Amino acid sequence: MALRMWASSTANALKLSSSASKSHLLPAFSISRCFSSVLEGLKYANSHEWVKHEGSVATIGISDHAQDHLGEVVFVELPEEKNSVSKEKNFGAVESVKATSEIISPISGEVIEVNTKLADSPGLINSSPYEEGWMIKVKPSNPAELESLMGPKEYTKFCEEEDAAH
Amino acid sequence: MSISRAKDMRLPLMNLVRLKGTPILEQLHLEERLLRASTDNWCIVNDGTNVPTIVMGLSGKPSQLLEVGPVIKDRIPVIKRFTGGGTVIVDKSTLFVSLICNKGDVPSVQPYPRSVMAWSGSLYGEVFEGVDGFQLRENDYVFGDRKFGGNAQSIIRNRWIHHTSFLWDYNVRNMAYLKLPSKVPQYRLERDHTEFVCRMKDYIERSDFVEKTVKAVGNQFAMKEVNLEDIDSYAKGEHVKSTRLLTVEELQEAMSGTAQSA
Repeated sequence: MALRMWASSTANALKLSSSASKSHLLPAFSISRCFSSVLEGLKYANSHEWVKHEGSVATIGISDHAQDHLGEVVFVELPEEKNSVSKEKNFGAVESVKATSEIISPISGEVIEVNTKLADSPGLINSSPYEEGWMIKVKPSNPAELESLMGPKEYTKFCEEEDAAH
Repeated sequence: MSISRAKDMRLPLMNLVRLKGTPILEQLHLEERLLRASTDNWCIVNDGTNVPTIVMGLSGKPSQLLEVGPVIKDRIPVIKRFTGGGTVIVDKSTLFVSLICNKGDVPSVQPYPRSVMAWSGSLYGEVFEGVDGFQLRENDYVFGDRKFGGNAQSIIRNRWIHHTSFLWDYNVRNMAYLKLPSKVPQYRLERDHTEFVCRMKDYIERSDFVEKTVKAVGNQFAMKEVNLEDIDSYAKGEHVKSTRLLTVEELQEAMSGTAQSA
């Protein structure tokens, strides 16, 4: 972990990154200056969850930065459909490297769908944190909560500063 | 003011609770309460538990990890704890050390498992200084290639717990209740329990270990002893309670293969 954080800080200092000219190869991603990827079009919480808001549905998962720092996910505990989630409150947990880590909801609402694939394949969170590793879909009760979340550039900077501080 | 008191004033406070023979279920309930409902740092040392007990991690499945038939027949309690990690069987000779920290009071540590374990590995490195072969190896505390301590963690928003059961001594017969887990560290190779673990008493005196641990923690925190009877004033309000004793019915369902989850 210490080696990885040192490497990330060094990469930042040396400005080692995927250059903007390569971004056409992966148009949906902005490759940040750290090793984790940050997806355009999503909003991010400072607890490292992401939200994709499409109409009346918000999909929630954890970011590439989070899965990278957590290590191999071996178990996921998620709420059931029709449960409520509340902004900045815990709604589940992941287990990795002998640790359970809380997952915090970035918004409030009602759970309308749970990713059941994660029961048998928790590693999808590591291999595909923004796509197949989504965790829950929620009907937001207060869409205005999304406005307080970070955009991709702000979140990228947040991750860099957090890693640099340790 | 003495130099030591001046030094202490710069360090974050850590409350120290010393227990002896406290049942492991009670210890785990206490830890979960202090993690979720207190804002202080805590070091809990329990010198042994009262009866042999199996303790599984949050995601543990009895059918995969235990010889359920003998466990039921011999009435061995089985607990599912709130932290991750594997399965241990603990008894009166096990030594428990648990550290609950605010992330802000250990600023060099990120609230992620490998970062917490790098910190704890370094702390126990101080405890075992001079003892040959101690290291944190693939997330286990070992002497050489033999594990002597099982550790696990839980990380919440601004706090985390790292707790360890140290195999001071163990009864070989008790190991027979545990199956070989499907996921094992690489260094284990294909060794069974008795070839994989070792007894801490062969490496360090019991009281020496406890006092060196308290001293190592005291190098980073200002320590204050707190009696168990006074805990209520530190941890108030409701909190999520995940740690529980599995019922005989759940174990029977696991054995028959009808369990949905346990």
